[in-house]
Order: sequence, then C-alpha cells, then structure tokens
Amino acid sequence: MLHIKCPYCGMRSQNEFAYGGDASVKRPELNKEISDSEWDNFVYLRKSLRGKHLEFWHHISGCRQWFKVQRDTATHEIFKTLKPNEDI
Amino acid sequence: MQQNFRLNNIGLINRDKKISFKFNGKSYFGYEGDTLASALIANGVHLVGRSFKYHRPRGFFGAGIDESYAIVQLYRNNETDPNVRATEQELFEGLEAKSVNCWPSINFDIGAINNFLNKFIPAGFYYKTFMWPKSFWYKIYEPFIRKAAGFGVASIKHDKERYEHKYEYCDLLITGSGPSGLASAYAAAKNGARVILAEDKPRFGGSLLTSEVTIGNQSGIEWANSIITKLKQMPNVTVKNRAQVFGYYDHNMLVMSERINDHLPKSKKYSPKQRLWYIRAKEVVISSGSIERPLVFGNNDTPGVVLSSAAKEYLKVYGVLVGRNPLIFTNNDSAYETAIEFKKNGIWPIVLDTRSNPDSEIIDEAKRMGINIKFSYVVIAAKGYKKVKSAEIAKISEDKKELGQIENIKCDCICVSGFWTPTIHLASQSGNKTKFNKEIDAFIPSQSKQEETTVGSANGVFTLEETLKTSFAVGHELSKKITNNDNRLPVPQVVEKKSTHHDKFWCVPLPKGKKYKRFLDFQNDVAVTDIELALREGYRSIEHVKRYTTLGMATDQGKTSNLNGLQLVSSIENKIVPEIGHTTFRPPYTPVTIGAIVGREVGKHSKPTRKSPMHLWHEKNNAVFVDAGVWLRPRYYKQGNETLFEASKREAAHVRKNVGVCDVTTLGKIDIKGPDAAELLNRVYTNAWMKLPVGKARYGVMLREDGIVMDDGTTTRISENHYHMTTTTAQAANVLSHLEYYLQVVWPELKVNVVSTTEQWAGAAIAGPKSRNVLQKLFPDTNVSNEGLPFMGYVEASLFGIYARIFRISFSGELAYEVNVESDNGNFMWEKIMEIGKEFEIQPYGTEALSTLRIEMGHVAGSELDGRTIPYDNSLEGLVSKKKDFIGKRSLNRDAFVAKDRQKVVGVVPLDKKTNIPEGSHLVQDANAKLPNPKLGHISASCWSVEFNNPFSLAILHDGKNMIGKKLFALSPLKNKSIPVEIVSSHYVDPKGERVRS
Ligand SMILES: [Zn+2]
Repeated sequence: MLHIKCPYCGMRSQNEFAYGGDASVKRPELNKEISDSEWDNFVYLRKSLRGKHLEFWHHISGCRQWFKVQRDTATHEIFKTLKPNEDI
Repeated sequence: MQQNFRLNNIGLINRDKKISFKFNGKSYFGYEGDTLASALIANGVHLVGRSFKYHRPRGFFGAGIDESYAIVQLYRNNETDPNVRATEQELFEGLEAKSVNCWPSINFDIGAINNFLNKFIPAGFYYKTFMWPKSFWYKIYEPFIRKAAGFGVASIKHDKERYEHKYEYCDLLITGSGPSGLASAYAAAKNGARVILAEDKPRFGGSLLTSEVTIGNQSGIEWANSIITKLKQMPNVTVKNRAQVFGYYDHNMLVMSERINDHLPKSKKYSPKQRLWYIRAKEVVISSGSIERPLVFGNNDTPGVVLSSAAKEYLKVYGVLVGRNPLIFTNNDSAYETAIEFKKNGIWPIVLDTRSNPDSEIIDEAKRMGINIKFSYVVIAAKGYKKVKSAEIAKISEDKKELGQIENIKCDCICVSGFWTPTIHLASQSGNKTKFNKEIDAFIPSQSKQEETTVGSANGVFTLEETLKTSFAVGHELSKKITNNDNRLPVPQVVEKKSTHHDKFWCVPLPKGKKYKRFLDFQNDVAVTDIELALREGYRSIEHVKRYTTLGMATDQGKTSNLNGLQLVSSIENKIVPEIGHTTFRPPYTPVTIGAIVGREVGKHSKPTRKSPMHLWHEKNNAVFVDAGVWLRPRYYKQGNETLFEASKREAAHVRKNVGVCDVTTLGKIDIKGPDAAELLNRVYTNAWMKLPVGKARYGVMLREDGIVMDDGTTTRISENHYHMTTTTAQAANVLSHLEYYLQVVWPELKVNVVSTTEQWAGAAIAGPKSRNVLQKLFPDTNVSNEGLPFMGYVEASLFGIYARIFRISFSGELAYEVNVESDNGNFMWEKIMEIGKEFEIQPYGTEALSTLRIEMGHVAGSELDGRTIPYDNSLEGLVSKKKDFIGKRSLNRDAFVAKDRQKVVGVVPLDKKTNIPEGSHLVQDANAKLPNPKLGHISASCWSVEFNNPFSLAILHDGKNMIGKKLFALSPLKNKSIPVEIVSSHYVDPKGERVRS
C-alpha cells in the first residue's frame, strides 16, 4: 500500500485516496476551435509509461483535494507531490 | 499411560498440566506447552499424512513453519480448519485433528497406488496427460485430480469467529526474536525508538532456546528471557508472540498475522481469533533466521527422516525424542549439537559426516563424549515404509562419486543437516537485490530498495558473537537516524563453540542398479529425476522448471526445497547458482487464513449500510428493502400475501389515480455556492443555466469528456449565488469528485464551492393527482397553487414550524412535489405526510413502483444512462445547447454519434399484451435467423404498465427514430423466450407531459 503525501494533509495511506489519471494532460480551453486529432489526444490517448509518471490523486477520504503525484510506475517510488497549480 | 518418547527432566513444557487430545479418532495426552507435533511424537505417532502426488507416508520433517509434511485438519469448538501445520499448532484441551490427503484411511490409502505407478507420473504428467480432449477437463480430469490430491477440507459453515484488522505505525519493526532480533530491538528501544518486535512462535528467543551458549553471565535462554522482560516493560515497545510478519509491501508497509486464540480450546470473550496488522515502519529489521536444508538421498521422505535442528528442538523444548536409535547425517558442524544433546540424555547416536577430516571445537567435544562418528560416510537410502527401520550407508570417495563398503545399519530416525538457508523472503519481497554467497551456498540480502536491514543468520551470519555485535549496532544506528539519540549499549561477552566449514556436497549418488527416489520437495513429491527430466525436455528458466515440476509450489512454498532444487539445476547445467537465480518470493511467507484477510468485512459489514431517517417507519410498515448502492431502500410495502409484482402494481396505480409518497432521501445532493456557480453549471451541464431565476429548478444532463452521459438530475437556484444540485443515487460520489476536479484542477479561477449534502436532507416525493391537496394541508400558509408554485418551481416553507424546501419536480410523470427537511426532522415530516394524507388515502410506494412510473413515462434512468449512451440515444438531444461549450461537447461530433441510424430509446410492447419481456433481451428482425443473430438493440427496463394494463419496456434500439410501428422479436436465450413485439414511442403515458403541469 502506497504512502502518499497529500500537499494539504501530509503522509497518508493509499486507501484514503483515489487515483485520478495522467496529470500531464491539459484540457483544451472552452470555446476554442481544435482539430479532431487534438481532441482525440486529450480524450483517449495516454502514454503507458514505465518510469516517472505525473498523475492526479484525489484525497477522497480526507481533504477532498485533487493534487499531482510524480511516481515511478515500476517501483512505486514517489518523488514529489504538488498542488494542482504547481509544476515539477 | 507411558509416553515412550518423552524424557522426564528436559524441556520447557509444563509437566504439571496434562492435556488430552485426539488424532485420527484415537485419544492421547500431552502437556501444556506442547505442539500437536511434539505431543504425537512423544506418543510414538510418526505417520501423520500422505504426500500430494504419490500418497507416500508422511511423518514430521521440521518443528515449525518449515514443516512440509504434517498438515492436518483441525477441529476446535465445533469449527474446522484445513491445512494446519501440526508443528505450529499448540496443544489445547480437547483438540482433535485428522490426517488429510489419504482415503479411506491413513494406514490403507488407495492413492498410494500412485507410488507403485510412479514412473508413469513424472514431471509435467498432469500437463501432458490431462490436456486433451478439452471437454474431458471439467467433467473427468479435474474432479479426479481434486479428489485424489486435495489437502484439507474448508468448512462451508459460517465462521462464527471474529477477525480484526489493526493499523499501526512504528519506528522499527523487527521480525523475529532470535538473538539478532532481541539485540537490535533492545538497542533501538533503549535509544528511544518506537519498536514492534514480532515473534512467530509462542516462545521468544529463536535459536537461543536450543543452543548451548553463554551471553554475559547468563545462558542464552536466560539472556533472551531477561531482554524480553525488559522490552515488555518499556512503553515505546510492543512485543507480540504468535505473530508472523508475512508480507513486505510498498513504502515499508508490512502485514503481520497474529494468532490470538488459536492455542486455546475456544476464543476468549470479546477477543478476536486472529488479528491482521498493517504496519507502516520507518525502518524494518529482518531477523527471521535461517532454515536447515535437507540432504538428498534415497527414500529421504520416509517418516523418521527429520531435520537435525528439529530433532534438537523436540528434545530441548518439548523433552521429546524423535527416536531412541538415531542416525545423524550431516555435511556441517551444527548437527553435532543435536548429537551431543542426544548423548547427554542417555541416547547413543551415530553420526555420518560427509567430510573426510573436519576439525573444530564441537567435533572434538562429540569425540570426547564417545559419540560414534563416521567421516566420509553417507546415507544412500532410508529403509522402512511407514517409519525408518534402518539405513543403507556407505563410505564415499573424496570426489563424492564412488560409494564403497555399503552396509545396512539399524536406526529409528535419520536426522539430516545440509547446512543453513537464510530466510530472505521478506527482504526479497521488499525488492532487495539478493546475492549468492558462495561461502554458505545460499542467497543473502544485498542492495536494499526500501528501508530494510537484515541481521543475524537471515543475513548469513552464523556465529552468535558476530550476530550480537552487528545487531546491537544496527539497532543503535537505525534508531539514531530517527530519534537523534545516541545511547549506545555495550555488547555482552559471548561464549560459543567455533565451527569449521561445511561440505558443499548435499546429494548422494545412487549406487549401481538402484533406483531409489530422492526427493527435493517433500510436499509436492518432486524428485531429482523430475528436475532432470524437465531440463532434458528443454526447460531452462528456474521459473519454468518450478512450474513444470511444481518444485516449491506447495503450502510450504519450498522453504526446505528451493535451494537444493537450484543447486541441482546448477550442477546439471554446469552453471553456478547465481546465474540461474532464485524464483520470486511473493507474500504471504506462510499461509494466512482467509478470515484474517477479510477481517470484520463479512456479511452485513462487507460494506457500509446507509439508512434514511425514515427507515424505522418503513420497517414498521412492512417495507421489503432492496440494496440501492450502499443505501437500503423500500422496494415495496407488503400488504397481506402480496407478491412484489402485485404490490408494485398496486402502489404505482395508486399514484396514477390518487396520491403516493416515496422516500427519496438517497438522491445525491450537492450544495453549490459562489458568484461563479451559474457559470460552473453552464459548463458541466449540456443545457443553458445562466438565466435560471431564483426559485426555479431545471433538469440537466452532464457528460463525460467522451460525450457519454454521466448523470442527470435537477438543480434549483435557492438564492442569487446558491444552488442545490441533485444527482442519481448511484452517481452521487462520482459527480462530486467530477465537480471538484474541474474546480480545483481545470478552472481554479471559478469562485465556487461544492459540498455533499446528501445526508443533511431527508426527502419525500409526494406524487399523484391529489398531491397538491396533501401539500396544501401540510403547508397551509404557503401558496402551492399551480400559479403560486408552478411546475419546476421552488419555495421555502414552514412545516409545522420546521424549515422545509418544496420542489415541484416529478420523476413519476404525475403532478408531484419533493419536500426536503433537515435529516433530523425527516421522520417528523414523513409521519405528518402520512397523517395529513390519510384523508386523501395516501400510500407509501417503493422503488419498484417508482420504476414502473418512470418507465411507462419514458423517463430515462440508470439502465439507459449506462455509460454507453449519448444524449441523443436517450432522446435528450433537446437539452444539448448549440450555443455554448460544455464538458464533452466536442465529442458529440464524432461520426458514430451523428450517424443517421444512431441508436435511440424506444418503447416496446409485446404483441400479445401479456408476456413480460425480460430485461436484457435482444431485439432482432428474425427470431429464427442463423446465429449469430444480428442484434438491433436491447431491452433496458421492463414494467407492467398500470396505465394500460399490459407489459411495457424501454429499449435502446438501432435507428430507433425510424423504427416506431415496426414489428420485431425480443429474444432472451437465458429465459428461453422469443416474444413478438411492436416498437412504440418511449413516452407511453401522457406523451405531451400535461399532468406534471396540471
Ligand atoms: Zn488531504
């Protein structure tokens, strides 16, 4: 079970969190004309990385905040956790 | 009754307390402190089971968790446990156990015929033989294999015992209370660290319980007892016996199973049988010791062949002799300790040592005691079927290839020692890159991945002096890192006997013309020839060899067999062991009961149960409940002998012609506040929200980014910057997470807060033509006329002095209102509605009637919003704004979503107006078409239309828009039904929606 540092609450066990997908994906702005392939990339295409992965987690059984986690998908090592507006 | 194999003056058992027990129906007795194994051996019982494949007789091989033979079915307090190791099970009054894997009885076992056929059951036999034809597998092969092979029998009764889970944090978790564990625990605890010390056995001390050493001015066992006593008194230390740390998971999370009551005739009151500990440790000290390896020779699985260390343990801990005429067969010094113990207790052992001329203190002592030692000698084969009667022994040449001077000598047990294998399972599970140590012919931990340090013999350190020195240091260093204290303890002086090198020889060659079976894995009957065959057949990877031969795959997980298997592969392949590598160690290290894993999450506790504030009223009024997500909701209120079908028809019909009330507390509710609240709604819902006036509700549909409908519900503008959103019961949690995601991550600039208020409000839907009459009487001071409170209107009102919210919204399609009050007032509201509604013959209705009402109205719900449909499919395209952008809009342009023949919701009526169409039925053109019959759609929901008094269903149908009036067939192969149907509009009742506005 992972031990994840919520940027708001501190170290908590994985069972308080929900995984929330790739955090490197940025939603296209509203009302902006974009191509089918750009939209397709946003909705469907994800890298299945082996190694460092930036991902969202949601502290559902805690502060209910979404935040970013940089984690190694192979070793589960967590390098850093960030608030959603912060970058690596 | 005399116990022929029990000594009077040695051991740690309590001879003042006799304990009676039964094994295979026969009564015996033992003493407090015995295990089932030690008590049986004391009584001369050596035959306890049959092996897995050949059903060969099985005795005892070890004295603890490494036991591969003595697996029994245990009976305790009217419950039964399969696969209990007799070497671990402590004796209690009234214990009953039976052998497994033998039928019809242990002494006459039909499966043993496999033993005589064994040349036909080589490695991979099951794979090769039971492969074809495929259809034979389920009916013939599998039941046969299961009957012949199965170990214990799991009870099918409800387990009345309680199992608990516990979460714990500590600075240091120390796994094992041998000298290394005690030293590191004591050093760390004295340095201020929070320590958990876990010992698998009932007694603390590990090897100190049986070794002849001096620490400081105490014997090993006295020192162990004094350290444990001190640790138990320290507030920063938790000491647990009967507790096995079996799994090392990510981020230094370890799991330990504690057997709290297994050693008692029945569990103490208010105490769980077992407890599973989830321990997050800053540092882990692995002090799990080492397990003796067997030597491999002919018939080395015969009962009476035991590990030399086990023989010593039976003697020193339990005062039990594994035999009165022991032969000791060794390639190293440690077996001499066993020989010396036998001799001290008046038994004359014979030692066969594979080495030609070893020289050490302990061998000198054995010689001085007059023990008969034969150097350069081996056991070729054990003789005897159900118990060792003699041994064929021989002198072996220096190159270990030639056998000479073969003779038969009498003995009643053979104690073997093939040197020691460090227990590296936990280190390996943690990700440690283990390395092969040629000195000891075994793997030891190397590069740590997590915060883990291995000490003592688990790390390949076999002298007590070195063990204590390093363990005290490790305990000090690790605790210093955490506590910053620097309180260093002196390492006590040690007196122990020095050993010399072991012999790398471990597998005795067969004499010419003999075909003795030489076993590597005793539980799965894997012999030397099986490994040889696997390699001849081309298996190379040790993982493949393992699976093909089943080496190390039994319940003991190869604790005694893995390394010999590796060595054999390496010698045949002419490679060194590290190149072959060991198979992956996976948790659990020892078997864990399903009960402990499940803990309290059984039956009703397997998930939380949420009840509405009106639950008791429903119960008192004969509600039959149904699980709706985590909620319990009334499905119908039973009157007399009504069936579900009859009751739901009555309730639904009553709403249509009169008035009914339904508990809608379970609907998800989200309170939305802030100046940008309308903007948020406008972005998450498909329709427009900027102009919704205060005091009005609106129906909305929200999509996922891929254009699929996520949820629907109404949202009401309570005041300028305050909205009340409702979601479906099932999607409540997901919708909240969804909103939070967009607010926190995508559009943090929006000034909006959302919070779940599902449990804060109790809700009642009052529906039917007379609902306004009820409402008017409930709220005499509020104008609830069609003008005062029009369809989709909202007012706040006082319900006999209590704050209430009234929404004029309808799921049933009738004139209807939803009243919300704070949860604490829910029951009051409900009782008032029933009291006042009496005049109008109000009736409660459940979810089944609710479904009927919405289905015949064509209102889509979860069965249509099934994660595969877009707004058009649900005839909700009118709610999709063309002007503004919203979540998922861009996806609605996809070719498939705009196809002219896109699927759409329709109504379905059977032509005979009688046959109910099963939900999930496929709609097809031709009922008798060749399979696979092309599917045009499926029935999503079915009901009995109370309006038309015939069955009615909703379906998602290909090109549904152009199918109205067409005749199709609904096929349900599951229910063996083929029903001719007509496609009609999904809005079966009141298609113009006049009633809700009346
Ligand atoms: Zn948090």
